[in-house]
Amino acid sequence: MTQREHSADVAQDFSGIDRASLLAELARCLPASGLLSAEEDLKPYECDGLSAYRQVPIAVALPETEDQVVAAIKACRAAGAPIVARGAGTGLSAGALPHPQGVVLSLAKMRKILHVDPVARVAVVQPGVRNLAISEAAAPLGLYYAPDPSSQIACSIGGNVAENSGGVHCLKYGLTVHNVLRVRAVTVVGDIVEFGNHALDAPGYDLLALAIGSEGMLAVVTEVTVKLVPKPELAQVIMASFDDIMKAGDAVAAVIAAGIIPAGLEMMDKPATAAVEPYVKAGYDLNAEAILLCESDGTAEEVAEEIGRMKAVLETSGATELRVSQSEAERLRFWAGRKAAFPAAGRISPDYYCMDGTIPRKRLGEMLTAIHAMEKKYRLRCINVFHAGDGNLHPLILYDANVPGELERTEAFGAEILKLSVDLGGTITGEHGVGYEKINSMCDQFGSDELRMFHAIKRAFDPDGLLNPEKGIPTLHRCAEFGRMHVHGGNLKFPELERL
Amino acid sequence: MGEVMLEAFRARILERKPLRLRGGGSKDFYGGLVSGDLLDTAGHAGIVSYEPTELVITARCGTPLAELESALATRQQCLACEPPHFGAATVGGAVAAGLAGPRRAAVGGMRDFVLGVKLMDGEGRVHRFGGEVMKNVAGFDVSRLIAGSLGTLGLVLEVSLKVLPVPPGDASLRFEMPQDKALEALNRWAGQPLPLVANCWQDGVLTLRLSGAQAAVSAACARLGGEAIDGVEAVAFWQGLREQDAEYFAGDVPLWRLSVPSVAPPLDLPGTTLIEWGGAQRWLRGDVDPLRIRELATRVGGHATLFRGGDKAAGVFAPLQPALMEVHRRLKQSFDPYRVFNPGRMYPEL
Repeated sequence: MTQREHSADVAQDFSGIDRASLLAELARCLPASGLLSAEEDLKPYECDGLSAYRQVPIAVALPETEDQVVAAIKACRAAGAPIVARGAGTGLSAGALPHPQGVVLSLAKMRKILHVDPVARVAVVQPGVRNLAISEAAAPLGLYYAPDPSSQIACSIGGNVAENSGGVHCLKYGLTVHNVLRVRAVTVVGDIVEFGNHALDAPGYDLLALAIGSEGMLAVVTEVTVKLVPKPELAQVIMASFDDIMKAGDAVAAVIAAGIIPAGLEMMDKPATAAVEPYVKAGYDLNAEAILLCESDGTAEEVAEEIGRMKAVLETSGATELRVSQSEAERLRFWAGRKAAFPAAGRISPDYYCMDGTIPRKRLGEMLTAIHAMEKKYRLRCINVFHAGDGNLHPLILYDANVPGELERTEAFGAEILKLSVDLGGTITGEHGVGYEKINSMCDQFGSDELRMFHAIKRAFDPDGLLNPEKGIPTLHRCAEFGRMHVHGGNLKFPELERL
Repeated sequence: MGEVMLEAFRARILERKPLRLRGGGSKDFYGGLVSGDLLDTAGHAGIVSYEPTELVITARCGTPLAELESALATRQQCLACEPPHFGAATVGGAVAAGLAGPRRAAVGGMRDFVLGVKLMDGEGRVHRFGGEVMKNVAGFDVSRLIAGSLGTLGLVLEVSLKVLPVPPGDASLRFEMPQDKALEALNRWAGQPLPLVANCWQDGVLTLRLSGAQAAVSAACARLGGEAIDGVEAVAFWQGLREQDAEYFAGDVPLWRLSVPSVAPPLDLPGTTLIEWGGAQRWLRGDVDPLRIRELATRVGGHATLFRGGDKAAGVFAPLQPALMEVHRRLKQSFDPYRVFNPGRMYPEL
């Protein structure tokens, strides 16, 4: 049994699923330890890294081989049940939030590094392999996998592919999409397909680019070939203090204007350094209104030349203090503070909500001024860390879910930041994905024509609409409802739809 | 002016008759034969915005690539993937063709630099995908899908591209080396932190290009040895490769492009070979049986394209796995249900 083609307009109805026969079929194709269906076993899968949204699925399938992935997908399709693929569950947009009538397909047991080729500089890995484990396996060869999301110790490469994850070094080294050569995946009908290959391009459309960042909505990843790059001989980071956050923003533009692409270029505001320092003892300047971390890597000669040029630019831009890391230990300590910003927020506040908009760098001042005003409006504090080099902001809104109304105010605060990101010429998500969390904000960023096209692209891969439904792309009906609450300058954005 | 052009494009599209999209006509030779009426995009031209400190430029499809690159050069920036001009290439054509020059293996291809597109679909609707920021994961990455789609999914109206600073240091070196040794050396060097950005092997001679920080380039030159090539000669050499006006590319003998893993061994095929991209792009001049060349390319994990000349009857691009062709057909149906845009330019089915 399959559904009729799902439409862009309204959500599908999955209420008629025969749970008992689906569980029996899944039990037939998975090892005994590979199927969870008891309430207490399902509980750990009810959310991903964004725990504000929770839902228990009807079952969790944990295949150990590609054949089992194929069989599990076929079983779900035969039953017409939604399939939510899940990696390590570290995602921050509720992309792996279970569907109430669906099966969570966890790839966590597929965690073999199949092949590391030092000559071709590639690693072939299963989707459950952790991001950092790839670099660790490649380290003896003098190579590493460049994208380094803050969660790299835990997050899986399959999840990185689903989200097109970034990290603190993507200005120079790119995102997942720039560092993955090939993805092997299972389609909703159980076909095994390969997007990309071990060459630098593949015939036909660039389906690899489409698959990366598709949030489990197009196919289920079973194997990934990543590029490995030579580990730089040396890396050094400058920590620059500024007495004014606008000056820090201008310094970022000045570094770029000087023709430098730093290996990393990060900014933290004063509340962020204050939150991090007692926790990590990174040695941050707590008097500074903002600090920049500006990294150079390469050969010793290259780093010496680039650090010299960067110091000159930062000084001219009004830095009040500059410190250059004098050892690898010190460099890692400077970064440890930045990478610990999220857990540090968790220490100073019962809950925090991380935003992920990207804006053109030159609009940074306007955004920060607006965020300060929103702190007053919503009566909530916000600390700010930015991937300043590429304009990706991570405002962390601090709240307490146990205080009635705070979560709602937090969500409204976050949605306003995302709306402003779009209005300033940016996007609602730079690297965390849309998932379930930002689905309404997609209505701010795209019109009905683009949304219809996104649904059509999904149908091209998944005609039955079973792969991670109700994520990533809102139905037009949903946007119409959302638009009723957020009328754009008096213009109704989805005028063609009936309002219920 | 822009709106008038868009209305004119839309009117042609709504006739639902096959159209052959054309910017500067510099790549008319490339891809399958298209029988539709000409739709000239050259009139929809001009740089919309250029923000050097944001590392992004946005231009209309008909903007000459040369004009865009001149604008970047005034701020010491460039399109790092070096799309070929082949004469009068336009920005829209460069993105649609998705070709890249000698630096491809080091810096990425056109798809890696596309940040956003404004696109007219086969029913005359205008879409905006992506944008002008480096990091953007809202919605499917349609902008990169459009790069290299040969105008078969839509009419690219505007495109935003990531740009990079021109590296301060630049040098070229030459070595005498047989093909197998050259492939081995290129793969070995690529695994080391060297500022190697381009390379070419032909006829027993390996040429390298290094660029980056001046100090890094000087140190690498000292370490690698070889014969230094004079700056003017080097510029002409890399230009000749990018634009395919080097002697190797002259004449009517069919030109095949084999895109293979860089570690593939020397390929046993008749004809003359030129290697780029650290071994990942191998050109072949010769009247070779298409089946034989495709079979060999597949065996080493790559694919072969009949790039220029020859008999297109046997297909220009490598055939796709049936499940992937089905996805291609459905994508084409979604973007261009009446098969208006460049039917047959990529595959007869599309």
